[in-house]
Amino acid sequence: MRYLTLLRGTHSTTPPPPELMAAIMALGEEATKSGSLLDTSGLAPSAAGARVSLSAGELTTTDGPFAESKEVISYAIYEVNAKEEAVEWASRFLKVHRDLWPGWEGDVDVLKLFGPEDFPAP
Amino acid sequence: MTDDQVRRTLDAVWRIEGARIVAGIARIVGDVGLAEELAQDVLVVALQQWPRDGVPDAPGPWLRATAKHRAIDVVRRRARYAEKLAVLGADTAERDRTDELVDDLDDHIGDDLLRLMFTAAHPVLSTESRVALTLRLLGGLSTDEIARAFLIPEATAAQRIVRAKRTLATNGVEFSMPTPAETAERLGAVLGVLYLVFNEGYAATSGTDWMRPSLCREAMRLGRVLAGLLPDEPEVLGLLALMELQASRLPARTDASGRPVLLDDQDRRRWDRLLIRRGLAALERAESLGGGRYTVQAAIAACHARALSAADTDWTRIGALYEVLAYIHPSPVVRLNQAVAVGKAGNPSRGLTIADALAAELRRYPQFPAVRGELLAQLGRTAEAAAAFRRAAELTRNDGERALFELRAAVLESGS
Repeated sequence: MRYLTLLRGTHSTTPPPPELMAAIMALGEEATKSGSLLDTSGLAPSAAGARVSLSAGELTTTDGPFAESKEVISYAIYEVNAKEEAVEWASRFLKVHRDLWPGWEGDVDVLKLFGPEDFPAP
Repeated sequence: MTDDQVRRTLDAVWRIEGARIVAGIARIVGDVGLAEELAQDVLVVALQQWPRDGVPDAPGPWLRATAKHRAIDVVRRRARYAEKLAVLGADTAERDRTDELVDDLDDHIGDDLLRLMFTAAHPVLSTESRVALTLRLLGGLSTDEIARAFLIPEATAAQRIVRAKRTLATNGVEFSMPTPAETAERLGAVLGVLYLVFNEGYAATSGTDWMRPSLCREAMRLGRVLAGLLPDEPEVLGLLALMELQASRLPARTDASGRPVLLDDQDRRRWDRLLIRRGLAALERAESLGGGRYTVQAAIAACHARALSAADTDWTRIGALYEVLAYIHPSPVVRLNQAVAVGKAGNPSRGLTIADALAAELRRYPQFPAVRGELLAQLGRTAEAAAAFRRAAELTRNDGERALFELRAAVLESGS
């Protein structure tokens, strides 16, 4: 089964410490080599993006940045056997943030992608 | 956390760390059977301590440290025993070995895992033992899960694993890397096991047990682990590409009622784009490194993956790739597939010539007359085509396939 993880964090005026970036790269490599991490990428600030909305039959396009207090920073897709495994990888990513970027706060949404296991054969 | 949550967290962490832990212990104690048992002890310790003390902040290192202590205990006990023997005149080589092995488990993870893969797929083992041992040691599957995956009784699966461990021990197989001279053959054995596991899952188009299709995922996962360990081996990447490209079609291979859907009739919107993208990337790298038989098979699968509709398929290229495959891995079935591709590429008479040359070898193979029937129909030789499909229907043991062949024959006979 696959899970999408979305990392959200508080806006920061300073760039992340280089040690954190190195730790994130190492953790990503470990997850890839364990065969679980299928895809991942960092995301540019929402100021570089846009939002297309549908409301009351009306489409509107608004350029970023979005008003949320936290920005989506990165995504990852894992192939795992259980939700707890995706949660473990998400925890490991937050732990390197905790250890290497004091004061930073964020969260990871761990979302299941629909798969064949959700549509059992009749 | 409830005990149940702790248990599930431990399962998840074990799935990430288990193989590395078994591999690390095996390096220290020099025996995969014993390593597996000691790893189970580590799990038991975690099951006792974690619900009481909470899950450690760094559960992976906790498990590895615990495993290391267990392994060192065993080696020290052996050394003390050897010392006692030494007093009686025996040698002390065992003790000298101990100190150099007592490094952190983390320092050798890559080499240890690779050794574990080579050992589990060792040529002294039967093919079925290699498969069972690989799934047990590298995949962390339980005996029960292996049994369900291969539709065998649990006792049979347990026996295969016990026998495999015993065979390794009695043959004095060391937990070591193959010599450079052996590497190609031994790597071939590892790849063979992974592809066998994959095909076992891929062949299971129906059935209620989720364990069988999950074999495809497990084989791909181990393929990715191996590609991480040997990033410059073309056939490791070739096999990974082949598995990912084939698996990309899994969501479209059966219809809503579970019946198989042929490639040409599949809804390609249901193909897994992420696996296709990964498979094509792995293939590109495999080809740039020189490739091999798995790489060529992956290149054939890629022709289908790239075609947005069945009509877009580059059959000329597929025919040429089968020609290459028949050269590096000669087989009548490969030739037959080449005949199909050549026919679909618009040259049914040449396809028929290729197929007819296989008549002696494929006499009892139902796909042989079926392919001839297809080519003869393309050539407008309707009566011969119908007879070929009748022959195919006689030969097949699969009811669904027989119905399909009989229908083809009947349509050709009615002249429509």
